[in-house]
Amino acid sequence: MAWRLLKIGLSSRYPEPRMFRQPARLPKGADVVIIGAGGHGLACAYNLAKQHGIRRIAVLEKGYIGSGNTGRNTTIIRSNYLTPEGVRFYDRSVQLWRNLGPTLGLNLFYSTRGHYTLAHTDATLRTLRWRAEVNKHLGVDSRVVNPDEIARALPMMDMSAGGHAPIIGALYHAPGAVARHDAVAWGYARAADQLGVEIHQQTEVLGIDTRGGRISGLRTSGGNIATNCVVSAVAGYTPRVLRMAGLTSPIYVHPLQAMVSEPLKRWLDPIIVSGSLHVYVSQTARGELVMGASLDPRELHSTRSSREFMTDLAQHMLDLFPFLAGVKVNRQWAGLADMTPDFAPIMGRTPVDGFFLDAGWGTWGFKATPVAGETMAATVASNRNHELIQGFDWGRFERFELTGEKGAASVGH
Amino acid sequence: MKLIPCPLNGLRPADEFIYAGEVRHMPDPAQSTDADWARYVFHRSGVPGVKQEWWCHTPSGYWFIAERDTTTDEILRSYPAAQRKVEAS
Repeated sequence: MAWRLLKIGLSSRYPEPRMFRQPARLPKGADVVIIGAGGHGLACAYNLAKQHGIRRIAVLEKGYIGSGNTGRNTTIIRSNYLTPEGVRFYDRSVQLWRNLGPTLGLNLFYSTRGHYTLAHTDATLRTLRWRAEVNKHLGVDSRVVNPDEIARALPMMDMSAGGHAPIIGALYHAPGAVARHDAVAWGYARAADQLGVEIHQQTEVLGIDTRGGRISGLRTSGGNIATNCVVSAVAGYTPRVLRMAGLTSPIYVHPLQAMVSEPLKRWLDPIIVSGSLHVYVSQTARGELVMGASLDPRELHSTRSSREFMTDLAQHMLDLFPFLAGVKVNRQWAGLADMTPDFAPIMGRTPVDGFFLDAGWGTWGFKATPVAGETMAATVASNRNHELIQGFDWGRFERFELTGEKGAASVGH
Repeated sequence: MKLIPCPLNGLRPADEFIYAGEVRHMPDPAQSTDADWARYVFHRSGVPGVKQEWWCHTPSGYWFIAERDTTTDEILRSYPAAQRKVEAS
């Protein structure tokens, strides 16, 4: 190790190959153009190339890969949702996650931790029982646990939550996991690149051209591309991309903030969530506590951080874990969440032929990365919404058939 | 803490207020199609811009309109609800 480091230090050449090529210019045309090189867009490109044999694929990214919500989330992976549509979809995702590291040939630090959703009120406990029964029915490992069991598993937690919100039960979901989010984007990028997918960073989409209700091309900061098929896989910018295609949607944008503590010796194995206290927390492999809370209360297209968020979240963390009082916050940040009225995504075909949407990922997008890639690629290849995303289709609002996913993070129950 | 200009109470701390979304035009339910009604119920103008919004100063129970730039979070002006202007879309 030391010898290799010394050799690299003395060499003027970087010893590792790049993870993916950086093509000099945009192609004139492509079979599929994907807007957004986050986990979702790259996973879609990878699956289109790998499973469906489509080769002329360009992925366009305004910033750098994973610079949006792929690199800003709190990395929690779980499938203990409330609706059968949600549970089936996220369960497939967890199955894909378990093998994703070997599939992409990159260590994603996928770590199964177990996941506790705490109940402080009877109303929450009722929803947790509901979720547990739906989960069990669909073969997902979730059960309601009582306070004694929680206290044994988490002796460091104040079961009275500072005296004002006693914990009366929890939903325990053994498959709950965390993963290294940047590695997910880089792993998909490399695997897609090896299959011939072109990834263009620093390329902003400026306009979408249609002819007779069909997609005909894209205008970008790097030139025009002729294509009959566009997939929008952006977060926070979906309404702007839709406007280019002449569409409006129920999506509205609120910031979601998060923060991380200084590294601590490992003390927290599972992931802890409290909807009532607006806290979710896990400890990374490096020992930092990654913490999140609820959405910012109003629409905002800015990734600014606020002091109110940090102090409120710290206060609720101390309700659960008073011994953290002397621990410092290392940094805080925000991502832009595409919210939907029913807390479920909007996926698949749209009223514009050849324009597909992978959007509305609010606070629940990272965990869906592999399954979103798989189902969007199948949808694009067959021009039919994949079976697993039929509950998330564009037309459900017009039919007044919402999916009602109250199991989503940062949703009060 | 951020201060918000209330037409009734002057500048007050942001946590005394609730935000209730953009001022929107309701189509006549008797005249509109199901699709138009669904669009009114669910669709939003999600793109950034200066928007007319409903706000309430909760200690005084006073509802009013604020014009806010949703890119910078800056409130440009606020006025009583009776002065709102909503165009049919």
